[in-house]
Amino acid sequence: MNIAMEKKAEKTLLRVREERLDAHNSSELKAYLLQLLENGARALILDLSEVRFIDSSGLGALLSGYKNAGLRRASLALTGLQPRVQSMFELTRLQRVFEIHPTIEDALAADAEESPNDPDRD
Amino acid sequence: MTQTEINLEIVVPTHTRYLRLIGNIAEQLARELQDYAGDREILAYHLNLVLTEAIANAIQHADQDDAHKMVRVIIHLEDKNLCIQVYDQGKGFDLAEVSCPGPEELCERGRGIFFIRTIMDSVDYHKTEGGNVLEMRKKLA
Repeated sequence: MNIAMEKKAEKTLLRVREERLDAHNSSELKAYLLQLLENGARALILDLSEVRFIDSSGLGALLSGYKNAGLRRASLALTGLQPRVQSMFELTRLQRVFEIHPTIEDALAADAEESPNDPDRD
Repeated sequence: MTQTEINLEIVVPTHTRYLRLIGNIAEQLARELQDYAGDREILAYHLNLVLTEAIANAIQHADQDDAHKMVRVIIHLEDKNLCIQVYDQGKGFDLAEVSCPGPEELCERGRGIFFIRTIMDSVDYHKTEGGNVLEMRKKLA
């Protein structure tokens, strides 16, 4: 899995350099996100602008990251969703779950404290 | 390639590295249909997704200890009736018991069959000689 990591103030920007998130690389993404959170990362931003295809296991890896962030009082936001990737979130109604920003700048400007990930929230 | 009839048979080992290859073939097939009236880029994504999910499912249910097991994919199109069959050599599963988790459930699994059911007109999974077959049909626009 090719991911470029960049520290931006208190946030960690992760640019996913993959065309597909599927059953071939989703386990790796899941483990990568978990390790970052276990190492103390608190505000992750995942830039998916290079991802043109996502399947159910790719969505599962992102959900795992979201839940693991919530359990550690951290956050996971998404940005750069291509239209067809976004449509997979809409089909599964997961756009209601994730904090999704149109651009990296928007994601960086958002206040993580205002939108904490909490898997138990109502 | 003529639109009226397409027959394609692909056999791949039960390894996820083949998902991209099969997905690309599915996309190419969608783009080469001659008189498809719908949005062929959406169809390309959908066929990629259906085949990726079906093959990942077959790999997941195959005997993980046997590296020689294969997944056989048959794509047949005739008079706009698309039929995709994915044969696995695993123990199988009960299709009726697979339900899509709602967004509030935050479940990481179970959305693959939901995608297939949403995109295709009919989905059937049954036992066959030496394994099982997932049969998916769709009438193209």
